[in-house]
Amino acid sequence: MPRSVAPWETSQELLVKAEDRTNPSYGHKPDERPAEEYLKYGVINLDKPAGPTSHEVAAWVKRILKLGQVGHGGTLEA
Amino acid sequence: MTGVLPVTLGEATKVVQALLYSGKEYVCLMKLHGDVQENHVKRVLKEFENAIYQRPPLRASVKRQLRIRRIYYLDFFEMDRRNVLFTVGCEGGTYIRKLCYDVGEVLGCGAHMQELRRTRAGPFVENESVTLHDVFYSFTEWQESRDEALLKKFVQPMEHALALVPKIYVRDSAVDAVCHGASLTAPGVLSLESGISAGSLIAVFSLKGEAVALAKAVASSEQILDINHGVVANVERVLMPRSTYPKCWKSGEKTDE
Repeated sequence: MPRSVAPWETSQELLVKAEDRTNPSYGHKPDERPAEEYLKYGVINLDKPAGPTSHEVAAWVKRILKLGQVGHGGTLEA
Repeated sequence: MTGVLPVTLGEATKVVQALLYSGKEYVCLMKLHGDVQENHVKRVLKEFENAIYQRPPLRASVKRQLRIRRIYYLDFFEMDRRNVLFTVGCEGGTYIRKLCYDVGEVLGCGAHMQELRRTRAGPFVENESVTLHDVFYSFTEWQESRDEALLKKFVQPMEHALALVPKIYVRDSAVDAVCHGASLTAPGVLSLESGISAGSLIAVFSLKGEAVALAKAVASSEQILDINHGVVANVERVLMPRSTYPKCWKSGEKTDE
């Protein structure tokens, strides 16, 4: 049977409908957000250590960074 | 269990929805309960590629009903007596503990999962991950020096979490309406990625590459490219704060007051 394709093994094509410019006075490119905002709209690709649960690890990050809210994408359970 | 765990900070917590269902990749050490020939193990592992039926294990965080999960690839790596090492790429929500058990049943000798390490969660990969120590160290350094390069060492913009979600890029003038929860209509669309079908989760992006919202498409990429009016996607989760961009729509006349 042929191997199925994982989402990260495909690439999408960009289809252009119309052209326009963006006004630099509004918003920021994600990499150019001011530091506080950069953190608040950020994600950490964390290498979870063995032992603590995903929830505990997320809570530690929250405490280290002194942030109000922290979540994690997909509990690392088997 | 160790490995890639994307942790979303503050407002970025809203993107977890897109990550939960994203595909995962693991390296797994499976322990067999009897002696089996290597070729037999390889052959049985291949049988588990593509769609499999799986009932979540006793200790699971979801309802234990039979579901279909997609195994994108299951690559045998090496075997030493009863220890089998393999890599598996699979749909979100696949239980590897259960997969090992089922492989053991097919082999006839029984098996269990000995160790597991996640090497990918959607767009997040193992060789770009940071440890808790890195986070603590870089954050403390940043607090003293305010050098933003230190933040970039361990935090990525939430847009990266949406790298595998098909995107629709919209005009500046459409951004604030979407931030207020309005459906995205065709005139606001500038470009879009192929592969969108009606009902699929998409991300609405600004021309600056900022995530505006997560939405459900109501038409396919090709259809959206063709039409000039009407709703294109319904907003599910707004990611950008309102009034980041100017309001560009006219309020209707208040007739019922």
